[in-house]
Amino acid sequence: MPEKLGDCIMPAFAAFIIIYGLFSRVSVFDCFLNGAKDGLKTSANILPTLIGLLAAVTMLRASGALEALTNVLKPVANAVGLPEQVVPLALLRPVSGSGSMAIVESILSENGADSFAGRVASVIQGSTETTFYAVAVYYGGVGIKNIAHTIPSALTADLTGMVLSGILAKVFFGM
Amino acid sequence: MMNYIWAFIIIVSLIFAVFTGNIPAVSSAMISGAQSAVEIVLGLLGAMCMWNGLMKIAEESRLTGKIAKLISPLIRRIMPDLKPHGEAMNAVCMNITANLLGLGNAATPLGLCAMREIKKECRLTDRANDSMIRFVVMNTSSIQLIPTTAAMLRMRHGAASPFDITPCVWVTSSAALAAGLLMSILLGALKESPGRAARRTNHA
Repeated sequence: MPEKLGDCIMPAFAAFIIIYGLFSRVSVFDCFLNGAKDGLKTSANILPTLIGLLAAVTMLRASGALEALTNVLKPVANAVGLPEQVVPLALLRPVSGSGSMAIVESILSENGADSFAGRVASVIQGSTETTFYAVAVYYGGVGIKNIAHTIPSALTADLTGMVLSGILAKVFFGM
Repeated sequence: MMNYIWAFIIIVSLIFAVFTGNIPAVSSAMISGAQSAVEIVLGLLGAMCMWNGLMKIAEESRLTGKIAKLISPLIRRIMPDLKPHGEAMNAVCMNITANLLGLGNAATPLGLCAMREIKKECRLTDRANDSMIRFVVMNTSSIQLIPTTAAMLRMRHGAASPFDITPCVWVTSSAALAAGLLMSILLGALKESPGRAARRTNHA
């Protein structure tokens, strides 16, 4: 049932937006084209970052260092019900958006998108954010230096998200 | 920070490669990794443009403003020290809406605007207050309704149904956000507990 629901969300969402646009008398196709151009720009912007980071992550994996790190932290991950393959993702997720995207990519290509590790990695990617980046940009932008208990609170959210991804992936997909 | 992390990853790979004898693999990985980044971006280009196009319609038809209004009662509860109809509250709601819809490009400028307004309205100097901390915590957790990036990557790798993770993502991210907010309330209360406040005045 939850899987069926997941299938319907995208088309329902798209249909709703287009119909709402028509009723608001927006020239939907022109508007769509403008947005699509933004998509082109965004893609062009992330490409250099992704090249740098994916090269680095692929090197880390080829050197055997990623596997060593994963093995060291395997007991910790398994203790909270996470597959060990997502260890590098858990470490990099709060720091870099493109970096974690590079790691999800490598987890999916190694284990398959619908494997347990693949699903958990996808759920982590979808349910957490680049914590340190957001903190730096937002507080830096307004010159607030004493950020009190922001970091522990934000990291509590990240940790909760990661631990739950493992548990809920089992619940939702019966793995 | 990314400067150090990136350099660290590459240097560790090279040192590790020397010890494990994986140097040829690492040198080809550098090129193949860079190449696969191009493949990912090209492979996702269509979906990315499609998505951004749809979202532009939502923006132009003022759907985003509607949603912002819809969520504002909830936000008022989370940030009680902001004026219910003030500039700060408005900017906060717009930013949260942009995040819900996955409008990354729009969310950051709106978020910065919200930060400036919160700072002004609460007369902050260089220390964050509870509302500001909660706002940042909401931005450091993912509240995106549709996990597009994850789904696009899943599509690339032959997922039977790339978006089927969505309900699971909803439950996970709501729980994560709730945990983050609870922790911020708890830590805020600890810091302002009567004992502490009394000690501080004694020092002064």
